[in-house]
Amino acid sequence: MAYALYPSEFRIERDQDRCIACQVCVRQCANDGHIYDSEDDFVSSDESRCVGCHRCGTLCPTGAITIRENPMHFKTNANWTARALRDIYKQAETGGVLLTGMGCDRSYPIYFDRILLNASQVTNPSIDPLREPMELRTFLGSKPDRIELDPSGKGIRLSTNLAPQLVLETPILFSAMSYGSISYNACWALARAAKVEGTFYNTGEGGLHRDFYPYGENTIVQVASGRFGVHADYLDVAAAIEIKIGQGAKPGIGGHLPGEKVSEQISQTRMIPVGTDALSPAPHHDIYSIEDLRQLIFALKEATRYSKPVGVKIAAVHNVAPIASGIVRAGADMVAIDGLRGGTGAAPITIRDNVGIPIELAIAAVDSRLREEGIRHRASIIAAGGFRNSADVTKAIALGADAVYIGTAALVAMGCHLCQKCYTGKCNWGIATQDPYLTKRLNPKIAERRLGNLLRGWSLEIKEMLGGMGINAIESLRGNREHLRGVGLTEAELKILGIKSAGEAW
Amino acid sequence: MSEFYEKDISGCGIIAIMNEKGMGISGERVMSAIVSMRERTNGLGGGFAAYGIYPEYRDCYAFHIMFDTPQAKDEAEGFLKTRCLMQEEEAIPTRPNRYITNPPLLWRYFLRPKDQYINGTSEADFMVSLVMHINAEVVGGFVASSGKNMGVFKGVGYPEDIGDFFRLDEYKGYIWTAHGRFPTNSQGWWGGAHPFSLLDWTVVHNGEISSYGINKRYLEHFGYRCTLFTDTEVMAYLFDLLIRKHGLPLELAAKVLSAPFWDEIGRMEGSQRDFFTSLRIIYGSALVNGPFAVVVGHASGMVALNDRIKLRPLVAARDGDMLYIASEDSAIREICPHPQKVWTPKAGEPVVGTLKPPIQEEHRKWEGRSQPPQQWFGHPYR
Repeated sequence: MAYALYPSEFRIERDQDRCIACQVCVRQCANDGHIYDSEDDFVSSDESRCVGCHRCGTLCPTGAITIRENPMHFKTNANWTARALRDIYKQAETGGVLLTGMGCDRSYPIYFDRILLNASQVTNPSIDPLREPMELRTFLGSKPDRIELDPSGKGIRLSTNLAPQLVLETPILFSAMSYGSISYNACWALARAAKVEGTFYNTGEGGLHRDFYPYGENTIVQVASGRFGVHADYLDVAAAIEIKIGQGAKPGIGGHLPGEKVSEQISQTRMIPVGTDALSPAPHHDIYSIEDLRQLIFALKEATRYSKPVGVKIAAVHNVAPIASGIVRAGADMVAIDGLRGGTGAAPITIRDNVGIPIELAIAAVDSRLREEGIRHRASIIAAGGFRNSADVTKAIALGADAVYIGTAALVAMGCHLCQKCYTGKCNWGIATQDPYLTKRLNPKIAERRLGNLLRGWSLEIKEMLGGMGINAIESLRGNREHLRGVGLTEAELKILGIKSAGEAW
Repeated sequence: MSEFYEKDISGCGIIAIMNEKGMGISGERVMSAIVSMRERTNGLGGGFAAYGIYPEYRDCYAFHIMFDTPQAKDEAEGFLKTRCLMQEEEAIPTRPNRYITNPPLLWRYFLRPKDQYINGTSEADFMVSLVMHINAEVVGGFVASSGKNMGVFKGVGYPEDIGDFFRLDEYKGYIWTAHGRFPTNSQGWWGGAHPFSLLDWTVVHNGEISSYGINKRYLEHFGYRCTLFTDTEVMAYLFDLLIRKHGLPLELAAKVLSAPFWDEIGRMEGSQRDFFTSLRIIYGSALVNGPFAVVVGHASGMVALNDRIKLRPLVAARDGDMLYIASEDSAIREICPHPQKVWTPKAGEPVVGTLKPPIQEEHRKWEGRSQPPQQWFGHPYR
């Protein structure tokens, strides 16, 4: 292959005083960024292959390796940035759509960083979660807007049964990540952590490996446009079903799983031939309007005898509020909304970075719209897309979400360094790959514990924030925008978020 | 002791007394009780609710209205007169004293709704819509109370001075609730004093509602408009919604506002556990979070309730047919030195006073049945 017309993105700096030529880096780099010369007993680098995943630098026993962004600047140009130039060079080389992994990394406003939380002082006491009960239990599913008491029965009884609900011990779920995009071990860790922590993980559109059926009570299975791995057992074993219409990283287009990642096991789970690209159609071929969605929702409810909630996942796009309203009226029990920063295993860069709206605005718009229409109780809202910490989760719930999905944060907990090369199948951290040499790097038990630790840590922090606000149950925070204030936001943004400016009392 | 160690007691003082046989109690007694809690107030608001004070107009809705201007009075009267028959209208009798300054125009009206205007909704809903309209649309007009055979007297000042101003010693009621304010969240204005009232519901409240933001949005879903810039208002509307509209018995409404913890629900036996789980799932947005002690009065009784972890004081006492509820023991002892029983209600456990004589039969009939005795709680609006 001809030399690329652009310099490498990273520099691999090897401190020769420290290097003992042990070749850990050589073995760890699936991209062949490190080369061992046995004649000279010397390790060198091919920097053009480096993706910046930090696997070598992290595992180097003598700390000899530092990965830096290449300090060589393209000539400064506010319009023709290094990124813009590099993309053109790559595209001119290949003539294809430029792919990437993970969520949008551009500098659009992050509204979570412009929203501040409240705390009690004097007039109401803050509550100490170390000494007082603090409740995060969350129920997802359709709720009636009032209770109906049974007039005939003795004692207190409901006259109608509640629609099926998912019970979460903390308002955080693991977002849809398919077996195929991530490894068997990663799926296993997510399933086990969900079970231990009393929450749910989502299969994504890759079907469910039969080994994971024992975790069905903590599994949300997806039905996407490709229908990969969808069959009766799959629907039956799950706690809930999610119809995937869209995804924040690539609104308007279907899922992509490169054939390189379709192994024997994945082929069986997805019910497709080994090595074939698994390309989901952009729309569902049986859904061309809202009434078709209604049919699919009720087909799935019929198929599972109305025993589990059926949700719909959409990307946050310009009309997200009326779309969500239509989905609720179509009979969905949950609406998952995936924002601009939602992750992916593979998406065209230009779609990922330019389509959709930030999740903060989408949550506020949807929650307000559903309340205006008097149907907010009929479905739960699950927000997704770039939640980095417990404060983001707390703010999302105060804006109106019932719970949040975390995908990227869960991967990072397992070791992901966000190099954005998931689509290559060469994940050095053993997460987004099917190469047995790489997948065995992820110990599912350790990964499970790290995921559990993350959920517990965030839950403790959420409890601290709730206690500070003088609240001891998560339902008193949900949609309670009085506890939020904006900084540096325009009138229009404040209005859409439904919050006051910092400095305004209630 | 050095002054630095003196504890600063802040908050509000509340007292409620009730004769469960329906015998009249003079307003003088409740006034002398609340004086003993002067330390809990700062003179920026005091008020009283009294039940059974207008027996001669027992079938009329008694509207106590405050007006900032004669124009507001004209506008509100015009609005009411087209929709209601006005049995009687008069200025509320007052006795000026030197502590009460700048009172608004204070009028009361005894009304019956005109049938043709009720138009499909219930009479009670219609009357609520009148109150909501005046409070939201008539500039400088505020309906302090709107129930039958009851009234709210409130304003800016210490409660005992407000009581004297309204000549409460001349009234006899079977339930009195009273409140002295130490406002922090909203400025002292006459309409902002407690009790807050809607129909025959009255609320006196010591606390701050940290869940206000969601409670307010939840109530908006059911057509309530929160216009008073205070969190106590949501308390009144939540009781109205849960009991009058959704038909929950009072005890269950208390379990919505001050919900049992999941741990506690987990220890309940089967069907009860399922029921309380459903109650919390459905009414999560009606959970009132934050410190509060509240007394809610209505035509046939009253209920006192603390928040889930009892962050505000509340003491109750019984003596014969009398039920006393107050922020401090001292206020009860002031008017009943040796009650038969004094206790501190647990967090989230309601203290209920029920009027016995006139509706005893009805009460019996519904005992042990889960369907809320609508008549029992709201009997004037049957």
